[in-house]
Amino acid sequence: MSNELVPTKQPTYYEEVERKGYSRRDFLQFVSMMTAFIGLENSAIGQVAKALETKPRVPVIWLHFQECTCCSESFIRSSHPIVADILLDKISLDYTETLMAASGFQAEEAMQNTMKKYKGEYILCVEGSVPMGADGVYCMIGGKTSLQILEEAAEGAKAIIAWGSCASNGCVQAAKPNPTGATPIHKLVKGKPVIKVPGCPPIGEVMAGVIVHLVTFDRIPELDGLGRPKAFYSKRVHDTCYRRPFYDAGLYVESFDDANARKGYCLYKVGCKGPSTYNACGVMKWNNGTSFPIQSGHGCIGCSEENYWDNGRLYDRASSFAGFGIEANADTFGKVALGVTGAALAGHAVMTNIKKKKLIRNLEDEGKQSEHELKS
Amino acid sequence: MKTNYLHVHRLRRVYVWELPVRYYHWLNALAIIALIITGFLIASPLALQSNQEATNRFVMGWVRVIHFIAAYIFFFNFLFRIYWGFVGNKYANWKQFIPTSKKFIKEMWTVFKIDILMLRGKEHISIGHNAMAGFIYFLTFWAFLIQCLTGFGLYASTATWWLPKMFSWVPAVFGGDILTRQVHHWTMWFFILFAVIHVYLVFYHDYVEGRGEMSSMGGGWKFIEEDVFHDEEFHTPNKHDANKHKPKKTSSDES
Ligand code: HEM
Ligand code: HEM
Ligand code: SF4
Ligand code: SF4
Repeated sequence: MSNELVPTKQPTYYEEVERKGYSRRDFLQFVSMMTAFIGLENSAIGQVAKALETKPRVPVIWLHFQECTCCSESFIRSSHPIVADILLDKISLDYTETLMAASGFQAEEAMQNTMKKYKGEYILCVEGSVPMGADGVYCMIGGKTSLQILEEAAEGAKAIIAWGSCASNGCVQAAKPNPTGATPIHKLVKGKPVIKVPGCPPIGEVMAGVIVHLVTFDRIPELDGLGRPKAFYSKRVHDTCYRRPFYDAGLYVESFDDANARKGYCLYKVGCKGPSTYNACGVMKWNNGTSFPIQSGHGCIGCSEENYWDNGRLYDRASSFAGFGIEANADTFGKVALGVTGAALAGHAVMTNIKKKKLIRNLEDEGKQSEHELKS
Repeated sequence: MKTNYLHVHRLRRVYVWELPVRYYHWLNALAIIALIITGFLIASPLALQSNQEATNRFVMGWVRVIHFIAAYIFFFNFLFRIYWGFVGNKYANWKQFIPTSKKFIKEMWTVFKIDILMLRGKEHISIGHNAMAGFIYFLTFWAFLIQCLTGFGLYASTATWWLPKMFSWVPAVFGGDILTRQVHHWTMWFFILFAVIHVYLVFYHDYVEGRGEMSSMGGGWKFIEEDVFHDEEFHTPNKHDANKHKPKKTSSDES
């Protein structure tokens, strides 16, 4: 069984870098950037460089289910060209619907071959959620449901990366009432490590960092309680935000067109979700470190957090309260409850004086009688 | 001189709330008030105007600092109260918060009849907190727990100390900080409603019972009718193992 699409001997990353015409200098620049991103000491640069020089490239299968391809877009636009060229371009990817040259049966065959040949060695990247509704008919490729494809590919995968919010937590297609039954990957595959890289999309450098970490150390990066790599998701956007001094000073934008907005005050009161969002935007920024949403005057919408689409409104701090209409939030509800309580207590006080009149009179009389006895 | 004791109750001075309970109570009340005020300010900050540079101002910073200091006081005070539930007097004992006996539940019904239905109960209610109050405090302690878990859970990611870091699993349970924060916010309303009703009921019981309910959290004393005091049945909502407190027989007693 021969197939030209899967080369027999895997070249190392460095060989591919050279073949692509990059200089050694470019390569080292890329290595030191990645080392810094994945949160390693400078001394680890050598280790990372060595790994990329000596280790054969890891075969990757990249599946697309219910998604918008923004993760792939983000990845190929990651700031260093080597990321796109070497980690992703034709070389590492054995199967990805969006970018591969092959199509139809040829493509399916390439995937089957990789799965067989590199059983237990390949990395499975998943972009998109799996629709579980209506037996999975909402997203089918080559006559198979997403779930079937996922289970088949997960079987022999060494590790699974859930790219973006779709694969990590369902994203907008899982918003209430979730018509397609969109389900994140970690709920469907058992017994395999799943690395969640949430964000809509995740930052390209973060995605590259995760792959470089896997290649260098041959094991998954340290994850937090929610399964996200700690190197990129342990800090809130709020804690790395350059507008933070305005937050601490109590200076806020009240509406998008006010003087405070022009002065660059904190966007907390116009709904910035930075204080509850774990991501690296404040540090790495987007598009070659050009900017990030808050820098352009718009609050963080919490795109890397679970349920950000249902948990609250984009331009408001308070979240609406399920079942009490769009305008009601926890505070409206609380204030009504407080009012009702106040009225009930006032009523109770009045009733006490009516119904317990005799009891209270007795107590008063008792006191008077005591004094009376003193005199007699 | 003829004294008519039949109509006038003779009262017993009973030491109900020991000093540590009173310290706990007022520290708790102050911490909660501070947490509610600062919590509200964190949730929806005031629209302050200033010409000062941001570097010279730390308004929101202080609000958060106060919230966190009060939070630590609140947390350790709460732990202390749990400890005191095991070593304190019988009125403060942990058993008096949990409806575990028929007697406890019967007294809850009695309190309901007297306080809400405004019936004239002949039954006596306990000297310490009554069964209904005890049960409500029990629920309140759960709210304390929720607030500490969600609060320290939110705090964990910015903390450097191991104690708050130990709570980092909490946001993971809620799937992230967004929902954790909302739960923390909703629970605040329980505290507000509790405080309003609680203070009202303290006034109410002081008024209709004449036992010195309000000042009991000051000096620790309540003034109990002699005949009620003599029946231990009326002391606490749940039976308290009295044997532990009876003076031990000594060899000299036997001779
Ligand atoms: C009676 C107890 C408490 C009340 C009523 C209370 C109330 C609140 C409220 C209303 C908020 C604003 C939430 C929002 O954004 O809507 C808040 C935030 C917060 N609270 Fe509490 N809280 C209490 C106890 C605690 C405790 C014990 C801690 C533990 C450290 C804590 C830590 C926090 C933290 C970390 C925040 C988020 C602040 C920020 O990110 O700027 N709270 N609290
Ligand atoms: C924010 C305000 C307050 C809070 C959160 C609060 C909370 C509590 C709690 C948790 C208990 C149970 C104590 C225990 O047995 O361990 C308690 C008991 C008590 N509190 Fe408060 N309290 C507040 C304000 C007040 C005020 C203003 C008074 C009176 C002037 C008061 C008087 C009492 C009394 C007398 C008890 C004993 C309960 C009983 O005999 O049934 N409290 N309070
Ligand atoms: S703009 Fe958002 S992330 Fe930045 S300090 Fe304000 S609330 Fe925090
Ligand atoms: S700032 Fe917030 S909403 Fe914007 S990309 Fe980053 S995490 Fe997503």
